[in-house]
Formats: sequence, structure tokens, C-alpha cells
Amino acid sequence: MLDTTPKLADPDATFVTLVRAHHDLSPDESRRLDAALVLLLSNHIGDVTVLEQAIEQARRAVRAPTGATEDQGTPP
Amino acid sequence: MPTTYTNPRFPFRRPPELDGKGGSARVVIVGAGLVGLTFALDLARHGIASVVLDDDDTVSFGSRAICFAKRSLEIYDRLGLGQKLLDKGVTWKVGKVFFGSSLAYAFDLLPEQGHRMPAFINLQQYYVEEWLVEACMETGLVDLRWKSRVVSVDPRDDSVRLVVETPEGAYLLEAEWLAACDGARSSVREALGLPFVGQVFRDRFLIADVVLKTEVPFPAERWFWFDPPFHPGQSVLLHKQPDGVWRIDFQLGWEADPEEEKRPERVVPRIRAMLGKDVAFDLEWVSVYTFRCRRLEHFRHGRIFFVGDSAHQVSPFGARGGNGGIQDADNLAWKLAAVLKGTALEGLLDSYDAERIPASDENILHSTRATDFITPKTEAARAYRDAVLLLAREHAFARRMVNSGRLSLPHSYANSPLSTPDREAWAGGPAPGAPCVDAPLADGFLLNRLGNEPVLLRFGDTTTDSVPGLRTVTLPADGIAAERYAASAGTAYLVRPDQHVAARFQVPTLDRVVAALDRLWGRGNSEAAREAA
Repeated sequence: MLDTTPKLADPDATFVTLVRAHHDLSPDESRRLDAALVLLLSNHIGDVTVLEQAIEQARRAVRAPTGATEDQGTPP
Repeated sequence: MPTTYTNPRFPFRRPPELDGKGGSARVVIVGAGLVGLTFALDLARHGIASVVLDDDDTVSFGSRAICFAKRSLEIYDRLGLGQKLLDKGVTWKVGKVFFGSSLAYAFDLLPEQGHRMPAFINLQQYYVEEWLVEACMETGLVDLRWKSRVVSVDPRDDSVRLVVETPEGAYLLEAEWLAACDGARSSVREALGLPFVGQVFRDRFLIADVVLKTEVPFPAERWFWFDPPFHPGQSVLLHKQPDGVWRIDFQLGWEADPEEEKRPERVVPRIRAMLGKDVAFDLEWVSVYTFRCRRLEHFRHGRIFFVGDSAHQVSPFGARGGNGGIQDADNLAWKLAAVLKGTALEGLLDSYDAERIPASDENILHSTRATDFITPKTEAARAYRDAVLLLAREHAFARRMVNSGRLSLPHSYANSPLSTPDREAWAGGPAPGAPCVDAPLADGFLLNRLGNEPVLLRFGDTTTDSVPGLRTVTLPADGIAAERYAASAGTAYLVRPDQHVAARFQVPTLDRVVAALDRLWGRGNSEAAREAA
């Protein structure tokens, strides 16, 4: 079961670590780095069901229609 | 352009030095800005007189700091100005972050009740400076000298010699101690030739303060947009200020031409795209800025202290500039006062560096991370940023990564030489070095009981002897205050003059409290020395 509860002690530091991993890479290399990361972490998780659940959540986020929430940030 | 505020003009008064009198002062402060005035007032509250030199004759002009954090408000409350700031400022605690045209997440900076001060107020810097000038004058201890420019700084072993230029001539002023509160372009720092290096961010931002002439049902909240439809590809920040003024901050990108972007022909359409055609407004202030994060290697240089922006600079996201500077002043004032009164030895002043440099590094770290989130440097960084914002709508873990500025919180002086480490296990409460937490009492608020001298905060009826030279405040061993301090009957906190915790004890003995007090005054670590012996 995919665990989406917050688990990172320092989320900002994690974000910076991921972004810095791409330092000096070409766009193609960046794509491959992300793929390599996902493959490494998939192996670490070692459970294809969890991976499928993560893929579903990620696709939902990326394909979600914008402007779909109750509060749309309409300026004054 | 500003229509809601008229800057007061303070007269130049001929100083005695121009007529061959005076010529020395125990404390000289360079810069009568937010930080310099706060420092002068804090010293005066400790009974210490100062001379304040400023090359201008008024308070800050135009749009500067607006967000005053809870800790700053607590400091101003200690200095006697808290209520004034509350009455005029726009109180807020909720922030919303939008991505595109939808809400990514909302945060509440102070979900808990029972604090005298709110998480934030928005208030134009010039109001605070004007009230600080008045309060400084009322003390009779602050010699404010306008139109007085420091043109040379000569640091010596026992003093600092300044040459001050005025409309009626120049004079020599010898300072026992000097506080450089003269901002990011500090002339004192330049005179000493101190390197001030750090990271420059390749991005430009437009500040537009507007006065709305149409009534709008808009809450007093901080709203931040990533990539909104009215300003695609960039970010926008909106804050409400007093006098019907709204601060809008548009990200422009590095390629933008700052002169071109300041023209009303460019600014007005941007605002109209945001507010809609039907909202009438006047432009109050427009400027384009870039920023950097940097600091001095040391904040104390012999008899010279750098306080506020002269010592460190951050991006505006997080409101850590002005609030950080106010905390610097709060940290240094009681120490310098204690040394001047002979309560503490000069060594105590080194703890200004030991405490405020980690605080500054914390501010720079948060500010740098926020800026990296807001201004992604690579395609990959942008993709990660956008993915965080998309996931944030459904996932709490991603909401914690959304960074539109981590808003200013007080630094805890955890590793300070003045703090006595805990010896007992604590289930909560402010640890040594942390600022005291406020709590409601039967007759007011806890922080208002602390004052600006060391105090022993005790819970429950106690029979222990009182400590000479230490005021005691006793609170009930049950109730909200006891809860927030993880206290039971007998618990005691030793509180510093700046209302941070110096030490805490579940079983306070006279020896332990006296040792902690000695340590707080920088009189060596007698407790550790005894343990070693």
C-alpha cells in the first residue's frame, strides 16, 4: 500500500537535494537521471503494487484539470 | 507618488561638538532606520544613552518592510510600542498558495489561541520608524542627530573615532562602542573594507503598491500565485496594508528591463490584468528590485557591531530582513547595557556573534531555498517545482514542500554559550535558547510579566530560597501556561533579558540557578568547572 503520509523531517532539504541532482546535466541527461532514480527507488520498494499506486497518483496530479478547486484565487 | 503618508522632516540641531564641547559618547549608532532606532530605544529602556547619526532628515521613504512577525511584535511590546503596531497594522495569519488558477494549499501560521500577539501584521515601515523616533525622544536618553553623515571610521583599542559631516561643518566624535545600523550599503562596513559576499539571484521583481478606489471583499491573507493566468510563467504575491494600500509583487525574470518596467504604461496593464477592468486604483509606489543573500564573516569587530542589513541580507520572501534585524537589536541591547553597567564582562559581547550568526545563516538558508523554489534555475527544477504544486492539492507531504517563502520565526539559540543545557528529560516547552512562549494568564499575558531583566519563572507554590539579584514570577502549576512550559509544581525557567530561555529545571536548586545565571552573564561556566573539578 502506497504510504502518502508526510514522512520527511526536512521537506525543503529533500526538494533541494532532488533539484541539485540535476546540476550540470543536459535536458536528455536530466530525463535519464529521473528515470534512473525511479528505477532505483522502485527496486528499493520492491513491490509492484506500490509502484502502480504511485503511478496512478502521479498521473492524476499531472492530468488534473486546472481551476478545479473551490477557491480559485480570484483577485479582489 | 505616495499619497497616503507624508514623511515628517526632522530639524538639524547644531551639536555641541561644533562649538568645541562634548566630543565623546559611550554608544554611537549609525543609521536611524528601523534597526538603529529599535536598538537605541532598547538601550534607553535599559537606562543607556546613545547618540544616533543619520545622513537624512526623515523616516524611510516609499515601500519597504511591511510584514512584522510575532516575535518582532513581542519585542516592540517589551519596548512599549506593541499596542500601537497592533492598532494600525493589518493582522493576518493565513496564507494561500495558488498554482495556475487553483488553490494548491493554505496555511495557518498561528492556529493556537491565547497569545498576546498575532502571527503577523502588515504595516508600512515608516509608521514604525516614526513611532520609534517619538519613543526615543520621550526617553530623554537618545540624542538623534539628523543630516549627520559619518565620513570616516577609525577603530582603536579603546574607542572608535568618527568624523561626522553636517550642514554646519564637520566634527570628531569618539565612541566607546559603535553600532553600524546603516543598512545593506553600510558606509561603516565599506570604511572598514570588510568583504560582504554571497549569492546573487538572477531574477527581477516589480513592487507595485496600489490604493484601491473600489471596495473589494478580500480577506487579510497572504496570497501567492505560481503561474497565474493574469501573469503567465511567473509568480505574484499580494499583501494588504493599512490605509487601503495593497502590495503586489510581480516576478519579471532576469531579462526584464528595470527602467522600462517601472513606467506606468507597463505597470498599469499588469495590475489591470490581475484585478479586472472594474477595479479603480491609484499607483502609490513602483520599484524594480533584484536581491542577494550574503553576510559578513563576523558581526562584532572589536568595538564595532554590525546590526541588521549591514551585517546580512536576504531575499524578501519570508519577511526575514527587517524581522531579522529587529532580533539582532534585541539580542545586542541587553548585552551592551550589562557591560556598560558593569553587570557583565566584555566577553559577553562575543555571544552576539555566537548567537546571531547562526540566526543569520538560518534566515539565509530559508531565503535561498524559497528563492530557488520561486525562481527555478533549470528545466528539471521547474518540473519538480510544478510537480510539487500539482501533488500538493491532494497530498500533505507535497504541501510541506511548497515554498513561497518560509515566514520568519525567531531563531533558537540552542548551542549558545549562554544557554545551560537540559539535565532532565522534558516532554515539551521552550528549550534553552528558544524564545519564551506566550500564554494567557488570569490578568493578561505571560510575556508581559517578564520585563527586560533576567527573571526566574516558577510554577506552583515553592519553598526554595529566592536568588539574589533575580526577580521571580510565580505562575500556577496547572493551566495553559504550565502546559505550554511542560511544567509541574516546582518547575522553573531562567529567562534572559530578551525573553529567551537561558536554562530550565524540574528541580531547581539555588546552586543550579546561580550557575545558570553566571553563565548567562558570560561569567564563565562555573557549573561545568565544578563538574570538571
